[in-house]
Amino acid sequence: MGVIATPEPGTRGVLSQVSPNWLTTRVDFLVNWARSNSLWPMPFGTACCAIEFMAAAASRYDISRFGMERMSFSPRQADVLLCAGRLPFKLAPVIRRIYDQMPQPKWVISMGACASSGGIFDNYAMVQGIDTVVPVDVYVPGCPPRPEGLLYGILLLQKKIRGETLADPTIRAERSLDAHGLPLAPERIDELSEPFGNSLHQTRSA
Amino acid sequence: MNPSADALRRQFGPAIRRVTESCGDTIVTIAPGRIREILAWLKDTPDQVYNYLVDVTAVEYRDAELPLEVVYELFSLDRKVGLRVKAALPKDAPLEVDSVVPLWAGADWLEREVYDMFGITFRGHPDLRRILMWETYAEGHPLRKDFPLRGRFSRSEQVRQALNANPEAHYSLEELGIAEGYHDLPPDMRARLARGERGRIPDATGGR
Amino acid sequence: MAVKRTLDVALGTTGLDERGLPVTVPLGFETPGATAVEEAPRLGGEHMLLNIGPQHPATHGVLRLVVELDGEVVVRVIPHVGYLHSGFEKLGEYRHYNQIVPLTDRMDYLAPMANNVCLALAVEKLMGIEITERCKVLRVIACEISRIISHLVWLGTTGIDIGAITPFLWMFQEREKFYNLQEAWTGARLTTSLTRIGGLMADIPDGFEADLRAHCRSLLTVMAEVDRMLTRNGIWAGRTQGIGVLTAEEAINMSMSGAMLRASGVAYDVRKDRPYLDYETYDFEVPIGEHGDVYDRYLVRFEEVLQSVRLLEQARDRLPDGPINVADHRVILPPKHAAMTDMESMIHHFKQVMEGVPAPVGEAYCSIESPKGELGYYFVSDGTAKPVRWRVRPPAFINLSALAKMSQGHLLSDLIAINASVDIVMGEVDR
Repeated sequence: MGVIATPEPGTRGVLSQVSPNWLTTRVDFLVNWARSNSLWPMPFGTACCAIEFMAAAASRYDISRFGMERMSFSPRQADVLLCAGRLPFKLAPVIRRIYDQMPQPKWVISMGACASSGGIFDNYAMVQGIDTVVPVDVYVPGCPPRPEGLLYGILLLQKKIRGETLADPTIRAERSLDAHGLPLAPERIDELSEPFGNSLHQTRSA
Repeated sequence: MNPSADALRRQFGPAIRRVTESCGDTIVTIAPGRIREILAWLKDTPDQVYNYLVDVTAVEYRDAELPLEVVYELFSLDRKVGLRVKAALPKDAPLEVDSVVPLWAGADWLEREVYDMFGITFRGHPDLRRILMWETYAEGHPLRKDFPLRGRFSRSEQVRQALNANPEAHYSLEELGIAEGYHDLPPDMRARLARGERGRIPDATGGR
Repeated sequence: MAVKRTLDVALGTTGLDERGLPVTVPLGFETPGATAVEEAPRLGGEHMLLNIGPQHPATHGVLRLVVELDGEVVVRVIPHVGYLHSGFEKLGEYRHYNQIVPLTDRMDYLAPMANNVCLALAVEKLMGIEITERCKVLRVIACEISRIISHLVWLGTTGIDIGAITPFLWMFQEREKFYNLQEAWTGARLTTSLTRIGGLMADIPDGFEADLRAHCRSLLTVMAEVDRMLTRNGIWAGRTQGIGVLTAEEAINMSMSGAMLRASGVAYDVRKDRPYLDYETYDFEVPIGEHGDVYDRYLVRFEEVLQSVRLLEQARDRLPDGPINVADHRVILPPKHAAMTDMESMIHHFKQVMEGVPAPVGEAYCSIESPKGELGYYFVSDGTAKPVRWRVRPPAFINLSALAKMSQGHLLSDLIAINASVDIVMGEVDR
């Protein structure tokens, strides 16, 4: 493996100038172990999924086992933006601002069908999946997902984090809005928001 | 049939356009220009005392010829009797009715929602602005029948407009204070505000 | 405003003028040139604006409060709602009546079965359908379980807002037991979709009644512990008594309902005054408060939980045998084996699934006493299978409009307590 990634201006380029070797993998292991087992969630709970999230944080399902009981309601101290619930358009600038306020390293878990794709709300008011607004790492399907489902999503995120490497600065590069104020190209947003399944049939009112 | 319907007919005559009954509820359709008067009578008359406003909403029918209806659901806590009062607004005239906030303070947010969803203006409402959608929402009034389910703009355009809406609207004392005390401000200040100047920061020597 | 100007100047200049001496910033509008050292501080002159939410742990959802503060005292609070507006009422116009049931779960998601029951009652009123006796009692059980779990969440989250963290975990543990019941009955912990037009989705499973009795008993033990911990607690009483007072006239005029109205002394409960599901045949009391403050709302909701347990015992004892669904196959899906073997049943099945059940032309308003207040559904039908208009009369939305009135003159920490006492669920506020 001799590919060296070019660092973004402003990012730490030290480790990326060294080709991956035993030392970098040990450092990666240590950093990823620390990050994945002490994720501080930023609970962006909006609707029903927030109740299942609270149940996951309560005694029976207990996300404290995974180091995540310390809820960070300030984005400045948070690692994971956990969007639990549907996201209407009125709330979209709020979640985008909170996402931008989080320092790297940050991840996003989209909990529930509404956060992942708009869910049963394919209408004028609902963002069709928060991935049209913020970049998402793990999607947890369900309406609402059981707390075990959320825990599985958290475990998946931990696995994803353990696969990261400091040698690649593009992973932790800040992905901000483009010149038009959109996170993705408009065609991509339209493609992600297209109706599918039963949504195709709901256009008749009578 | 609720006896209030007959009492209304006797009191207001032709202003009571129609009285129907549906599924056990009595519905009285009245002239829209006399809403405040008739509802005040229903609230204050000793035999009626509909002191509890249950709901204010509006209905648009699928038949485009039918007028919009503003619906007031009333209840008398003492007599435990309910009544529904409707006013029909034809679509070729401006959609305006008088606000009933002076009678029941609970109508405040309910009328704001009807304005937001249907575009019906309530004359005399203390603060008529959108409540469920954001203030600069440009697609229209969602619960109208000519408003498509998914909205008028494409999804990427909706995302763009949503992300560009200011989440900090109504978050400055100037906006709040100025909005309320607008009529008391001196005329030159009003002129300055109309031009968009919000006050100047003094320069380093302390002058203005 | 003076602070903002100071900061702007401080950030915009080097802080030193051309002689190398510090820049002085005038603080007063009236005397330009006066410096901070010379001018006496004007305490209490400036109001501060604070933005709470929409993302905030203590707002019970995505509620935004813009608070104007004079020091620590709230001069004015302006709630901004709509951050969870999901277009439910518009969606309802594109759905058959039975397809609206899953939508109702997601409005008041703390008490989903109550919403389901209200929808079924409203559509059955519209269509003129009489449900069976067993169905009525089971729906009472569903409503009272919903009342209990909603009030448990309210108690836990209000405790957290005021500073009592422990009851939250106790309440959620008790809720898990009722979630087990809901899951055994409907298959889902939270989004139950229990009712259908003319009946229910399924009958209660075996062991449900025994589990219900056991959970009610354990709930009473836990509620006794919470009572010991909170009701005569000096801190709790000090934080909640006299806070957020709403008089009876104000409460009626502002269309309050539920515990907000009853804590102010108005004896209006839809179960007693406009009875549904044979509530007039049950033996229960409705707690009425006296002062209309946060403490009275706590007492009212606490007692409502105990009365709900009483109602559950009665409902369980009187549960009759029989079918849960109306025998009319134009409304209720026929059993699967009949639909597969009998032609008429297959046609009924086909028509219901493909075209829905048409309602006669007309309109109906039906309300129940949901845990939040008077929840009403208003349907207007034009003879088709999808409603022309589905209106949800949202108790939490209307109760929240009183927040501005109730919190004037109180401290900021009291505002949080008052907001908690309104018992809002943003899914219902914003729909």
